Amino acid sequence: MRKKAAVCFHTMSKNTVSDRFRKVDVDEYDENKFVDEEDGGENQMGPDEAEVDALIRQYPFHPLSCWGPNGNLMEALQAVLKNPPINTKNQNVKDRAEGLVLKVLSSFKSSDIEKAVQSLDKSGVDLLMKYIYKGFERPSENSSAVLLQWHEKALTAGGVGSIVRVLTARKTKSSSNLRKHQFTLESIDVVRLIFK
Amino acid sequence: MMAYHSFLLEPISCHAWNKDRTQIALCPNNHEVHIYQKERSGWMKIHVLKEHNGQVTGIDWAPESNRIVTCGTDRNAYVWTLKGSMWKPTLVILRINRAARCVKWSPRENKFAVGSGSRLISICYFEQDNDWWVCKHIKKPIRSTVLSLDWHPNNVLLASGSCDFKCRIFSAYIKELEDKPAPTPWGSKMPFGEVMFESSGAGGWIHDVSFSASGNRVAWASHDSTVAIAEGGKTPVVASLYLETLPLLCLTFITENSLVAAGHDCYPALFVYDAERSTITFGGKLDVPKQSAQRGMTARERFQNLDKKATADNKEAVLESLHKNSISQILVLEGDKAKCTKFCTTGMDGGMAVWDVKTLESSMKDLKIV
Repeated sequence: MRKKAAVCFHTMSKNTVSDRFRKVDVDEYDENKFVDEEDGGENQMGPDEAEVDALIRQYPFHPLSCWGPNGNLMEALQAVLKNPPINTKNQNVKDRAEGLVLKVLSSFKSSDIEKAVQSLDKSGVDLLMKYIYKGFERPSENSSAVLLQWHEKALTAGGVGSIVRVLTARKTKSSSNLRKHQFTLESIDVVRLIFK
Repeated sequence: MMAYHSFLLEPISCHAWNKDRTQIALCPNNHEVHIYQKERSGWMKIHVLKEHNGQVTGIDWAPESNRIVTCGTDRNAYVWTLKGSMWKPTLVILRINRAARCVKWSPRENKFAVGSGSRLISICYFEQDNDWWVCKHIKKPIRSTVLSLDWHPNNVLLASGSCDFKCRIFSAYIKELEDKPAPTPWGSKMPFGEVMFESSGAGGWIHDVSFSASGNRVAWASHDSTVAIAEGGKTPVVASLYLETLPLLCLTFITENSLVAAGHDCYPALFVYDAERSTITFGGKLDVPKQSAQRGMTARERFQNLDKKATADNKEAVLESLHKNSISQILVLEGDKAKCTKFCTTGMDGGMAVWDVKTLESSMKDLKIV
């Protein structure tokens, strides 16, 4: 008796009109839909991989000790934060840039991170914060631990404002993984950020 | 230096003051407007304005003509006039199909502007012949909700902040009401709807805009935690400041060079504009919290903190500021935007605070209002 009822309901749903319309994204057909301004990202190639690799490799053999033992990692950091591929539609360029940044960040000794962050200007700190959250989205072996150390120092330098700019940046889309990193902030700031 | 009154336990959606600052009209997060009268010992509710069918999102009280204009999520605006001891509403057809979000009387009080989710601004004025409020729309090139408006002192130019990340200055010139305006640094030809200035940002929703007293400068606060000022000219010069704090929700000029702004950090802050260098700098927090006694921690508490929060710190998550939640609106109370002596803030904590500029300046060293 139960089987008959189940079959009856199944045929009922099959007999109603096709539900393909439910899969249509109606917003795509809205002529008033907001479209971001095109900003010519075709020529953005990201940081120069060769230049950055060379600077990383020079450490620790750099003869000029007046630059400190991490002399060229500081330069590598500056170099890798140049030409961020923000507007490009080429995902490969973006992935390569993210990988390169992570490489540089991982090369630093923990005790030198603070000085490195302090050598950046305001926009540099904002850009670093964007790369850090991008790095959180796709964790690899030990990457999150390194990024968390950098996050702590970048937060001291840029404040929650720099994180707000990661959340509101339209060109660099951060995923919902961002919410998993609540433990990096004071709880009351997190609540205000997420719910306001 | 700071007086705080808690009106409600819910957010104050919007508020406006009468001319002599003895009465305040506010929306207590519902469909009504409550008017309170200042008594010796506090505030007494004297009127309740009930007409809107949706939350009241904007209130403005014209000082000279003593008329109140309100707008709400019911897509309507009402102009209220005091007849004897009752406020009588007159409906204004805005011709919008989304919620109204903000409303402002023009300086001469002969028209008002309403920003809405319909992606346009309604400029409303009274037509004597038909005994009826009519409105004209400014549509292009607005592409999202208009969150904030502010009039230029010439009664024609209007600054708007929108969710399409842009601050724009439009001309709201109505030829039936006024003569052609004199040229300004923003331009000389001002036909209705003309875009005199548009910011280039793509940073965040513009929560609030403010013209300086002269109208030569316009400031805006954006959701990406930035504040910016544009100086009118052939090519307007824009200065911006990237904040280290949470986004600002409201701002106003208090002198030609100083801005006071507040937002999700629950305290007003001063920002100083240097026209020569085209820079904005943070001038200081304008909220001096009472120093709470720091009591020592027992070893047990330390261990509990370590267990619960992974830190041995005793930093309590309690706000020390006057407002206990985000500040959503700021208005000049005494003086004007050229020289403000008192300003007022209302917020999501249902409280209203009055700040005295002079006492703030004298009590905080390093605070200079230029």
